[in-house]
Amino acid sequence: MLRLIGKRLVGALPSVIGVLIVTFLLTRALPGDPAAFFAGPAATPQAIEEVRRALGLDKTLPEQFVVYLKDLARGDLGNSIATGQPVLTEIRTRLPASLELTLYGLLVSVLIAVPLGVLAATRPGSWIDHLCRVMTTAGVSLPAFFTGLLLVYVLYYRLGWAPAPLGRLDIFYSAPPHVTGLYTIDALLAGDGATFRAACAQLLLPVTALAIFTLAPLARMTRAAMLEVLGSDFIRTARASGLPKGKIVYAYAFRNAMLPVVTTLGMVFSFLLGANVLVEKVFSWPGIGTFAIEALISSDYAPIQGFVLTMALLYVALNLAIDILYIVIDPRVGFES
Amino acid sequence: MSAVPVLSVDSLSVEFRTRSGIVKALENVSFAVNKGEMVAIVGESGSGKSVTAFTVMGILDAAGRVTRGTATFGGLDLLQAPEAALRDIRGREMSMIFQNPRVALNPIRRVGDQIADVLLQHGNVTRREAPKRAIEMLQKVRIPDPERRARAYPFELSGGMCQRIMIAIALACSPKMLIADEPTTGLDVTTQAAIMDLIAELGKDQGMATLLITHDLGMAAEYCDHIVVMHAGHIVEAAPTAELFAHPRHPYTAKLIAATPKPTVSLMDLAAIPGNLPDLRAAEIAPCRYSARCERKQTRCDQALPQVLGDVKNSVVACWNPL
Amino acid sequence: MSETLKHIRYVLTENPVTLFAFSLFGFILFCALFGPYLAPYDPLATNGAATLQPPSGAHWFGTDALGRDIFSRVLVATRLDLGIAFFSVVLTFAIGALAGIAAGFFGGWVDRVVGRLADTIMAFPLFVLAMGIVAALGNTVGNIVLATAIINTPLYARVARAEANIRRNAGFVEAARLSGNGEARILLMQILPNILPILMVQCSLTMGYAILNAAGLSFIGLGIAPPTPEWGILVAEGAAYMISGEWWVALFPGLALMTAVFCFNLLGDGLRDIVDPRRRT
Ligand SMILES: Nc1ncnc2c1ncn2[C@@H]1O[C@H](COP(=O)(O)OP(=O)(O)OP(=O)(O)O)[C@@H](O)[C@H]1O
Ligand SMILES: [Mg+2]
Repeated sequence: MLRLIGKRLVGALPSVIGVLIVTFLLTRALPGDPAAFFAGPAATPQAIEEVRRALGLDKTLPEQFVVYLKDLARGDLGNSIATGQPVLTEIRTRLPASLELTLYGLLVSVLIAVPLGVLAATRPGSWIDHLCRVMTTAGVSLPAFFTGLLLVYVLYYRLGWAPAPLGRLDIFYSAPPHVTGLYTIDALLAGDGATFRAACAQLLLPVTALAIFTLAPLARMTRAAMLEVLGSDFIRTARASGLPKGKIVYAYAFRNAMLPVVTTLGMVFSFLLGANVLVEKVFSWPGIGTFAIEALISSDYAPIQGFVLTMALLYVALNLAIDILYIVIDPRVGFES
Repeated sequence: MSAVPVLSVDSLSVEFRTRSGIVKALENVSFAVNKGEMVAIVGESGSGKSVTAFTVMGILDAAGRVTRGTATFGGLDLLQAPEAALRDIRGREMSMIFQNPRVALNPIRRVGDQIADVLLQHGNVTRREAPKRAIEMLQKVRIPDPERRARAYPFELSGGMCQRIMIAIALACSPKMLIADEPTTGLDVTTQAAIMDLIAELGKDQGMATLLITHDLGMAAEYCDHIVVMHAGHIVEAAPTAELFAHPRHPYTAKLIAATPKPTVSLMDLAAIPGNLPDLRAAEIAPCRYSARCERKQTRCDQALPQVLGDVKNSVVACWNPL
Repeated sequence: MSETLKHIRYVLTENPVTLFAFSLFGFILFCALFGPYLAPYDPLATNGAATLQPPSGAHWFGTDALGRDIFSRVLVATRLDLGIAFFSVVLTFAIGALAGIAAGFFGGWVDRVVGRLADTIMAFPLFVLAMGIVAALGNTVGNIVLATAIINTPLYARVARAEANIRRNAGFVEAARLSGNGEARILLMQILPNILPILMVQCSLTMGYAILNAAGLSFIGLGIAPPTPEWGILVAEGAAYMISGEWWVALFPGLALMTAVFCFNLLGDGLRDIVDPRRRT
């Protein structure tokens, strides 16, 4: 199994290289002449040449790519014009906020979507089946930023159940001591129940908005996979052997149905990371999405490149994790002729 | 022959509700299987053999509905019994093995565990004993190196090996009755013989009643005491094996036998019988579902249901104009 | 042909949801074509005397912070949103269908190159890639169309590739080959028409994603600049007022957006029933 996992790790290399090339090309595709842009509007032609040389833009594209890779290897993603900070530092401090949101969003959507899909598949035609269908079609049609706003209006403005959509913690609380960067976990580690509850309260609405958006593909896939597996020959064998319904549905059908569901997790992550950016904006969440949006508005390019690269590498890593999970749960992987 | 059959099916009719209408898959099917006896159901594809078996086991699709008839097993009508009672019977008193053994086993569960599941459900074994008993079962179905094979997944085993595992699952609790639905389809010829020998031998050892469903008239002749011939959801003829081969009475049976020159030729290979099965969705199917293909058809064949004429002891033929 | 028409009629009468989707599509199309002529107010006209009015008889969807009529703005935005999605899908279709069919039909290195390119795009979270592309190429509507097209292409190419692959040695292709047609001609004249219906289904589903994506981009301030009415921007403009209770500013454009995406998703499912009756769920 370790050999298989090693093979998958190597298999992810082309994706990483592809990501690096694309982000590099995006950097070089800046509108107009980047040298003129960085030199400023009042620069003389000599000054522009100067900047061009300083930026290494006079070299050939492959040479520039090598320089780009070297910079990356040193962790140099450039500096943010707005804050003057190195982009890497900015991303490192903001990434935990985004991760916390994403992970809870995924967790909640899995916890709802998978049981929903299973129940719908085991009771075809029942109200829960119809509910599942409506939710899957409606769920993908609801933009996460819009759901987020509706939640804010109903649960914050109208009912007052949720705190104001302004960041990770209410201003009356201070961040827990940094361990993982995830406030909920750090607060628990510090044994600070009040901060934990406050962090959860802030997470409630954005996580719900994310979960509603990503729930649909998961529930749809779970339902389809369960229906397919329940109709397969080995389930008939299990029924003919007198195994009880619970054992058939969970030990036999469910475990098999999870295999295709795990493969779709990749697509779900793609949805999730994209929706994350929008939800961060709605809830003033201090993650890397908000960081990138601010940079976009002020035409601050280095942070955007850093953001795209970070998200892409994160996504490649997540896909790799899915692959490895698959190897662990499906004994057949690697044996197909 | 003992007086009380192990399984007796009487006037069974089954329909399927589908998008394109109601399929009358079985009509008025009756037969019985005695202790220690092996009975074959033969017929071409789509004649309702599997539907018969699934109905008896109570594992019919949700779309299927029994409209008439009984299936008596150990004094209980399986078609009326509550699901809990059926679940207790399945796998313990009455088992079934299927065609295509490679897909009939759970692909991501070790085969030893799959046998142990059934033992734990019915076999009065403890969790500790179950793996050992599973290995014993593997030994019984002559799987070499059973300890190692118990830990294998189905994809690591050959088709014949998988069918032996299926047999081990089916016979784990020493059932009174085994239904084998085309147990050798998809296996090569030598493996086919080995599997059939195994089923016959274990059946004899345990005094088990066996219902063998097959396309292969030759195989039915070799292993079975009694043969039931089905066509388009009807039983057209049933008789003791020797009798059926010596004096086929139904024109369809005669065609089948004539079309089976050597015992090894499968019905699947035969294009010799003209015409196709009738469309079972039609609102009005001819009373004799073979009449459209029949050379001996008479005017009265269209009028009423062909009578079931008793002839030799234990045999029936459903034809107005038998041979 | 009449068989097909009969089947379409059967699907429409059998499945009221599909019929509903088709009617909704007609309605949205109508709004896109005639919206600007039907709008009761000038969508850009501000009115200092009637700011942030809740929905009323005069302003069905209320007014925004500058007193502009939200109903008119939502109605007029239909054309732009649908237009962006439409052109990006056309682009996706042109690139994705051709690349996918060529990959499936020729196999070999063409297949490998197309596959690698598609994999590279798919290695990014798609919305993030779209952000990157628009940021790099410039903040214009054209680049929104382009970015949306690029991120939708791999899935599209994959469908086209699979369908073309099945048919590369089909009877009708062999027949065309035997009668002396070149490979490129076979690809365009035989394979493309044959898988067109399946690609159209995919188009409808892609429309939904394209609308969502474009609206998402403009929601974060990319592409279309205010005061041009566009659903994503309208929602963004209303976002701040959700906290203070002026729900109508963001709600109506959001609902319009949702309805359009919902319609195309339903339509895709319905079209699939017509094109491929086997694969119904
Ligand atoms: N789930 C179902 N829905 C609708 N019709 C069905 C269903 N299952 C079986 N049938 C119909 O019942 C008839 C008998 O099918 P059955 O599977 O019993 O045939 P068979 O004799 O076992 O054939 P084979 O040798 O191919 O296994 C067929 O006409 C089939 O169309
Ligand atoms: Mg069968």
